[in-house]
Amino acid sequence: MSTFGWPEFLFLLRSAGWSIVLTVIAFAFGAIGGGAFAIMRLANNAVLRNIAAIYILVIQSIPVLMILFMSYYGLSIAGVEIPPLLAASVSLSIYVSAYLAEIWRGSIQAVPPQQWEASASLALTRPQQYRYIILPQALRISLPPTVGFLVQLVKNTSIVSVVGFVELSRAGQLVNNATFRPFEVFMVVAAIYFAICFPLSRLSRYLERVLHVGRSH
Amino acid sequence: MEFSLHFASVFAESDLIIRGILLTIGLSSSAILLGSGLAILLVATRNLGNKFVRGCVDAYVELLRNTPFLIQLFMIFFGLPLMGVRMSGTQAALLAMTLNLSAYATEIIRAGVDSIHKSQIEAGLSLALSRIQVFRYVVLKPAIAKVWPSLSSQFVLMLLASSICSFISVPELSGAAAIVEQRTFRSFETYIVVTLSYLALALVLKLILIWLGHRLFHRKVVSILSTASKGGIA
Repeated sequence: MSTFGWPEFLFLLRSAGWSIVLTVIAFAFGAIGGGAFAIMRLANNAVLRNIAAIYILVIQSIPVLMILFMSYYGLSIAGVEIPPLLAASVSLSIYVSAYLAEIWRGSIQAVPPQQWEASASLALTRPQQYRYIILPQALRISLPPTVGFLVQLVKNTSIVSVVGFVELSRAGQLVNNATFRPFEVFMVVAAIYFAICFPLSRLSRYLERVLHVGRSH
Repeated sequence: MEFSLHFASVFAESDLIIRGILLTIGLSSSAILLGSGLAILLVATRNLGNKFVRGCVDAYVELLRNTPFLIQLFMIFFGLPLMGVRMSGTQAALLAMTLNLSAYATEIIRAGVDSIHKSQIEAGLSLALSRIQVFRYVVLKPAIAKVWPSLSSQFVLMLLASSICSFISVPELSGAAAIVEQRTFRSFETYIVVTLSYLALALVLKLILIWLGHRLFHRKVVSILSTASKGGIA
């Protein structure tokens, strides 16, 4: 049985790097999907609107763990041997897309309707309205809740440890199995998560204050 | 190789899945009730206490909100026995869920309490109510009514997060899925059935919460499609 010392601590820190990599990948792909679904959710076309609404409702009604298993086994059935990183990225991106779609839909709707009317009266097309008038303002409104959601995402990356991807939580389990010092090990793991998440939480709150936008509930 | 879905062997294990569903319902509803109760106590303590007490409550909330649920669960399940507190996986799961939810609910209800106008509290005090009575009879109900949508989505997120308890082999719905998967070797079919079960549970919980909001706080009944949430527990 080994002890919990520097090498183990450095191993945890390196694995925390993987948690961050996973966060960045999931956020990048999730943002693309989330943006598309947010705009679909607000489309004039009722079919598009309902597809987006149902997608968001369904993804928000199943656990991330189930999205992970479904993509893991679903992709293997399709015949591809999938590395854990891919399964993890795909499932977290799906999860992120549903929540960001909802956050950003709220942000777009928080832009005063007069902005739509004024820009329409200037003969801007809908893409132009989004590009030049609405999105720049919505971006500002969406910043605090988006950063707040990043905290949830960082924490949710812990779930992918179940498919064997060695990020911070999996590393914590491995070190615990080797040293059997659960309190120390998980305390350090929790402290590393806290060191990543707490500044993001504060940043979100700070942005909310300086951008003078309330929570759009 | 041709692949086709076979649900028959999964349905043969349906009693395991049904027991899993019942445990998920039991765990989630207990955690929601206990966690909300604890949260109300924490908000009251924070409100009535001095600066030090307020700092302690805030630290509790921030610590739990900024670390993953999985790690909290591990600390309770693996850590507490070393301190002489023995508990089963299910008890550890209930404790972790209750604490986790209480932190989120405290933050939400606190926001509701802050939004109550000062004149309400002054009016209560001028009627010779004590500060505790003012909190109990004047502030609490409208505060919760105001944040009911956020609180509701947090409850749903707790139901979904209960799946994480399968990591410590609690035989709730996800834990049951793992057992069924090992027995039948029908992973994808198992997880389709279980995912649909979660979907049904979450939708029913959403409907119940909309109905409760209507009954208790006279909130407008909204379409379930507009109950999307912006947060998450992990």
